[in-house]
Amino acid sequence: MASLRTTSWLLASSRAVFRPQIARRSMATVTGNATATTQIKSAATVSTVEEPAPGKDAQIKTFQIYRWNPDTPSEKPHMQSYTLDLNKTGPMMLDALIRIKNEVDPTLTFRRSCREGICGSCAMNIDGVNTLACLCRIPTDTNKQSKIYPLPHTYVVKDIVPDLTHFYKQYKSVKPYLQHDTPAPNGKEYLQSKEERKKLDGLYECILCACCSTSCPSYWWNSEEYLGPALLLQSYRWIADSRDEKKEERKAALDNSMSVYRCHTILNCSRTCPKGLNPGLAIAEIKKELAL
Amino acid sequence: MPVRLSGLQKEVVALYRQCIRESKKKPEVAQKHFIAFARKEFDKSIYLDKKDFSAIEYLMRKGKRQLEMYASPGIKDIK
Repeated sequence: MASLRTTSWLLASSRAVFRPQIARRSMATVTGNATATTQIKSAATVSTVEEPAPGKDAQIKTFQIYRWNPDTPSEKPHMQSYTLDLNKTGPMMLDALIRIKNEVDPTLTFRRSCREGICGSCAMNIDGVNTLACLCRIPTDTNKQSKIYPLPHTYVVKDIVPDLTHFYKQYKSVKPYLQHDTPAPNGKEYLQSKEERKKLDGLYECILCACCSTSCPSYWWNSEEYLGPALLLQSYRWIADSRDEKKEERKAALDNSMSVYRCHTILNCSRTCPKGLNPGLAIAEIKKELAL
Repeated sequence: MPVRLSGLQKEVVALYRQCIRESKKKPEVAQKHFIAFARKEFDKSIYLDKKDFSAIEYLMRKGKRQLEMYASPGIKDIK
């Protein structure tokens, strides 16, 4: 930063040298203002300073990204803006984030892995919607800024990395594995008919990105006890599994006022799910199972 | 008149006492090291304003996590 500032000063002064005496005074104030504005701009948008002047058809878009560093906890979280030329960036939000991290600001921190919506690492709140950055297209409207926050109502580890420890602890509590005591009839594997397998469609695809749970107001206020849509979907995935023998135990574990019945069918979960699943329906099925 | 501590301050003190208590469960030669380490960790953020709640709450969460980790019986000594 310091070096950039000095060069702009050098430029300003060298320009002033070649101007006539009278004009210099008025012009000097103007250039002084101009350098001041560029300095402010450069502090906010680092990329514009480094890149050469953008071409005419450049699509410059501003991204506002939530920043918070745990090493300096007394500093408040703030929004930092970055500008990118969309023509040189991939189509997805994750491409933009990776480009910012590579070329503009290596201190930006986020989780990502598969870049194709199968790992669920890059879940974040983009323009007010919980989604996976790798499945979210960058809106091409360059007049609007895109805002990126961590998942709402999660503790933040750093920048846009949420702390999902509690979420995983709850996942562990639903016992997400096949519970089967009797040996398989053919001594090899537990078989399932096609119809029984069909019941698991729309359940097994969940990648536990936590987008739905963190979009649920009921989960915001009761995350200690309420399981949240993602984990209820998982619970139902094991209740619905024909091979599982502990169905009654699973149902008994859910049959209390907090685990399931904090769901008030707000259905933010189904609306936000980046994989297009329907946790709301799964919860309704659980309620039906419990009631009948 | 003794200093009245706020709820959060009490929590911090409680965490510190918990750290000392856990240190006492370690092998005798290492106890001093654990106590010194705990103290150092607290001293790191001594500069914080007592009204900087969000920072203190974050450090409390971090501290609890650290305590949980260092309290595991597998850890015998600390430098």
